[in-house]
Amino acid sequence: MGFLDGMAMMFGRAPRKPTEISEAAEILHGRKRRAHVTQLLEEARAHPPGSTWRNRRWAVLIGVNLLFTLSFWLDIQIVEGSLTASRFLGFHLADIYSSLLVMLAQRHVAVNLVIGMVTVLVMWGVIGGRAFCSWVCPYHFVAELAEKLHTRLADRGIVQDHVLHRGVRTVLWVGFALLALLTGHTLFLTLNPIGILSRAVVYGPSLALLWVLLLLVFEIVYSRRGWCRYVCPIGLTYGVIGAGAPVRVVYSLERCAHEGDCRKVCEVPHVLDLTIKGRAEDANVDIGPDCTRCGMCVDICPTDSLDYEIKGLRNLL
Amino acid sequence: MADVAEKPTRPRKKKRRRLSRHQEQRRRLLRAGLVTAGLVLLQPLAFMPLVRRWQQRLRPPGALDERAFLAACIKCGQCVQVCPVEAIVLADMDDGLGTGVPFIDARSQACDFSCDALSCILACPTGALSHDLAAKEEVEAGLARLARPEQCLARQGKGFRGPVRDAGFRGRLRYEQVDRWNPIQVRDHPYDRDPCDLCVLECPIGEAAIQLVAFPTEDGGQAWTPQVLDGCVGCGVCEMICPPEPAAIVIEPRAKPTPRLEALES
Repeated sequence: MGFLDGMAMMFGRAPRKPTEISEAAEILHGRKRRAHVTQLLEEARAHPPGSTWRNRRWAVLIGVNLLFTLSFWLDIQIVEGSLTASRFLGFHLADIYSSLLVMLAQRHVAVNLVIGMVTVLVMWGVIGGRAFCSWVCPYHFVAELAEKLHTRLADRGIVQDHVLHRGVRTVLWVGFALLALLTGHTLFLTLNPIGILSRAVVYGPSLALLWVLLLLVFEIVYSRRGWCRYVCPIGLTYGVIGAGAPVRVVYSLERCAHEGDCRKVCEVPHVLDLTIKGRAEDANVDIGPDCTRCGMCVDICPTDSLDYEIKGLRNLL
Repeated sequence: MADVAEKPTRPRKKKRRRLSRHQEQRRRLLRAGLVTAGLVLLQPLAFMPLVRRWQQRLRPPGALDERAFLAACIKCGQCVQVCPVEAIVLADMDDGLGTGVPFIDARSQACDFSCDALSCILACPTGALSHDLAAKEEVEAGLARLARPEQCLARQGKGFRGPVRDAGFRGRLRYEQVDRWNPIQVRDHPYDRDPCDLCVLECPIGEAAIQLVAFPTEDGGQAWTPQVLDGCVGCGVCEMICPPEPAAIVIEPRAKPTPRLEALES
């Protein structure tokens, strides 16, 4: 999958069947007869799905947010501020989309914000943009719990997941920015559940949490992971800056049984479209930029066909 | 009982009409459109608190003009964290315009400049608190006004003795004669002044900002009144320390033109 294809898919285009498939991949695809796949799954039964990466990720997520809280309450001053803008040991960090809105609303470029944006850009450009979502964002955490409830209710036929056109996120990204420019108010920042939650974690609960609760109810009863999948412009921004990141999840076709467990747990299942039988265009394919590097697929994959990789590290060692 | 009989014993699975690919895509687009419309229509909700409580809040030192300030604030709360007396708080949905935007409730906790360095301004990453200020004397947060002269003890010719405010008051102030570096609870610092001149005594700016002026009373005696001068920066210490309830002297936010806003409007 090309770089541009990945970007287009992140902005809302539906995944497409590959036009060209490499020779190596053709051979592997050809081998996936029923008997072979059954054998692969038989072998896989020996090792049940784990939750290693989820546990690590939750530990990091809670740890980072706790660090914000403790920096204030115990005055240890490691990360001061909240997720929209902060200082890490005195260095400016600023959320890129929030900063952009502030600059548009104010029609003024603040130097400290630019410094903070560049720092964030470099940091997440390496770690992998949307890793912010799954490894740091407090809303992602509560949305994961809501998602559990949603899938449980959906299994019983009580609720149903309504899929939206993913292009809506790109439209809203532009829309919120335009509104900031035209009204002179950063309206999105008022509705931003990440900011609300992050401030609640640091400065104590607020009435604004009711809005976050409303979003969660929407996700539980109407659309699975609605905010993260279809709305969050902050997530889209991180997706763009992490498009070329060396840290990513890589898919290996060889042992994949195409049973589709990964797509069932994925927050952004379109990035795993290539795990459908016959879709992978090469023996090893990088997962696209919309991937949050959450590792749910790595945990669940019965055949170890999905794993984290740091590009270039193997050559370096 | 008839109802029970009709209910299926197993969890019911709704039979769904199979949609064609085209229909499904159209629905996805429709839902996306509805969510977009919903979120755009929700945006003016950001102004709701303004409708409920149309009052301008006292902003931290160095704040730009209200409109520019609201545009510039990124709602991170770094100003809250650096304030030694925790005078700055973040607005909730019902605290005036701008959820997460900082303000000072002077009666509960005024800014007494105990940081000595305008820490909040230094902490602000966006310049919503203008970095152009270098000293506390340059701050123009608000302006003190004797809003309830009938409450003023000095105007009644009275003195004041004991701790100010009630026993549950948690406000803090830095008393240089007690501890040069750390603010202490106001309730732990009783006064004995005749006439009452606490607003003048505790003003961090001093005689350039407020003074007590004597005037003859109707019965031939003498009383005093606080007079606010040009030097007042609107920190709010006089409002916090004023003994009667409600306070005789209050801070009113000061509207100030900023070059940046003027550029925006022209």
